[in-house]
Amino acid sequence: MLGILFNMEKFSKIKGIAAPMLSSDGNQFSMMINIDTDMIIPKQFLKTIKRTGLGKSLFHEMRYDFEGNEIEGFILNKDIYRNSKIILAGNNFGCGSSREHAPWALLDFGIRVIIAPSFADIFYNNCFKNGILPIQLSEKLIKEISESALKGNELQVSLSGQIINCDNKEFSFEIDPSNKNFLMEGLDDIGLTLKDTNLIDSYEKDADNNLPWYTL
Amino acid sequence: MTEAKTIYDKIWDAHLVADKDNYSLLYIDRHLIHEVTSPQAFEGLRMAGRNVRHPDKTLAVADHNVPTTDRSVEIEDEESKIQIEALKNNCAEFGINFIDMSDIRQGIVHIIGPEQGFTLPGSTIVCGDSHTSTHGAFGALAHGIGTSEVEHVLASQTLIQKKAKNFKVEIVGTLTSSISAKDLALSVIGAIGTAGGTGYVIEYMGNAVESLSMEGRMTLCNLTIEAGARAGLIAPDQKTFDYLKDRPLAPKGDIWDKAVSYWKTLPSDPGAHYDNSIKIDIDNLSPLVTWGTSPEDVIDIDGNIPKPEDIEDEAKKNAIRRSLDYMGLEAGEPIKGTKIDKVFIGSCTNGRIEDLRAAASIVSQNKVSDHVNAIVVPGSGLVKAQAENEGLDKIFIEAGFEWREPGCSMCLAMNADKLLPNERCASTSNRNFEGRQGRGGRTHLVSPKMAAAAAIAGCLADVRDFI
Repeated sequence: MLGILFNMEKFSKIKGIAAPMLSSDGNQFSMMINIDTDMIIPKQFLKTIKRTGLGKSLFHEMRYDFEGNEIEGFILNKDIYRNSKIILAGNNFGCGSSREHAPWALLDFGIRVIIAPSFADIFYNNCFKNGILPIQLSEKLIKEISESALKGNELQVSLSGQIINCDNKEFSFEIDPSNKNFLMEGLDDIGLTLKDTNLIDSYEKDADNNLPWYTL
Repeated sequence: MTEAKTIYDKIWDAHLVADKDNYSLLYIDRHLIHEVTSPQAFEGLRMAGRNVRHPDKTLAVADHNVPTTDRSVEIEDEESKIQIEALKNNCAEFGINFIDMSDIRQGIVHIIGPEQGFTLPGSTIVCGDSHTSTHGAFGALAHGIGTSEVEHVLASQTLIQKKAKNFKVEIVGTLTSSISAKDLALSVIGAIGTAGGTGYVIEYMGNAVESLSMEGRMTLCNLTIEAGARAGLIAPDQKTFDYLKDRPLAPKGDIWDKAVSYWKTLPSDPGAHYDNSIKIDIDNLSPLVTWGTSPEDVIDIDGNIPKPEDIEDEAKKNAIRRSLDYMGLEAGEPIKGTKIDKVFIGSCTNGRIEDLRAAASIVSQNKVSDHVNAIVVPGSGLVKAQAENEGLDKIFIEAGFEWREPGCSMCLAMNADKLLPNERCASTSNRNFEGRQGRGGRTHLVSPKMAAAAAIAGCLADVRDFI
């Protein structure tokens, strides 16, 4: 896919299987916290000069053993989750590096929505640049949705209505209006900014006079 | 009366190009790029037929992938070679300054920015790397961005931003010879957690912060991202100006004097509003070490590994179990004495001259333990040259360390420097994530002196026993 078009896929409704990322002591499960970008896409896959093709390496170390065989217990290796479009996780999803390879890998796998109680700042921003919707919900609600997802129920996420439907239940979520608009319209934010070139020109003219030490 | 502002508020206001509906357009003074997160940005520009607005405001260097062994031979790894070549070619095509691998100025992007005087107080600095927070040590607003944003900055010299909240982190007390900026940073992360700073820009203050050298301040700000904050910064003072004066890219003459006058207006106003604050007293701080797979998993070197059953929160309890299993550690046991296999001294966190001096002071007259492989990777060619002038290389080599060429190296193990499965490393780097230094590798984050002590002892050791 062309890089520039890659950003422009409009986000509307997403319906599909949600994969809960869990940690468990055998009795009780909880959502896995601090899923970092090294987990999402390890460093050896950052040597690419393309945006595509990273889906097969998503969660590589959790997903494959040292010989490259699938690890049976990992959620995305279970048949019904192989085509997941949604990920459910714990606090601080996407912490760590700024690598946009993390959302690229998720998207290439087919993930369009990530639901977690909190996200790391850079990762959160990177999602919107790639047509992925990160949704913040409470840990309690995510556990409830996970229980339903584990029974094989599909989730439907509507960005326009800011609603998640699951198992005859409805959960609403908050999202910043500009982020919502960028996703809904599939906007090319560089193109949008460049429409304001006159404002940038005028800022630079002032800065050259007032803050000349930053001019190189 | 004008509103009392924080330094972050002041830098923000001075760089505001436009306030749009629900977001702002912020001007970017300085842009650093490296080989890993830039190729797709250049590709995007080419496909859209866009140009680089200000090639002179971007500085490029290869650091993540470069070998730290003999530079005169060709890079063995084909993919790394292609990526580094791509950076060089992209810079040539768009007219961007590129520091080549053969240049003495080559090094980790966050080390060369300050070294060259590219980093300036009150400026906005971005880079496709999360540890861009390092530059906040100079009172710059500096943070990591993704590749789409790299493209945005290249094309427009601006960034779409939403203003973060202000977080005051006050650190008081007296630094000792066993406590470094790394320990201060780890204590902050341990206190607020890896998501504690999410949504904030942290401003560090207090007498302990003021007493840090510029190198120490860079270490502290570098690790801000591990606390989840967008950026960390420290008000510039005389130390900042002294460090920058006469650096190659710093302003000169009359403009320098005017710049200093302006920079003196940057510190936060009395009564400025902070949305959050904490105070940390370091007077009784022990040297710190991480035991787990998150930088918040911090304990005193004379402390014990936590027990999952002592933790109430189910998610955290399960995270501790997973970490213990990954790290091959027993809950409740002392961390001190844990046998290590490797030591890594370097990275954008601790690869500066002062870090090497600190480590060398412990290494001097000692030998690296027989079973330990220890490497020192200076943060830049200039750091390496200075260390060699001071004879630090000889101290390390005589003790049994390997003395390498500059780069990111085993901090993220993109090049050949990595841990093997189950190998345990005392590392001066910034992340102890699963697989970070090599799949199955086990990382303990420590200060340079603590890493040196571990190399000699062959296990995690208390640097106070070596001073």
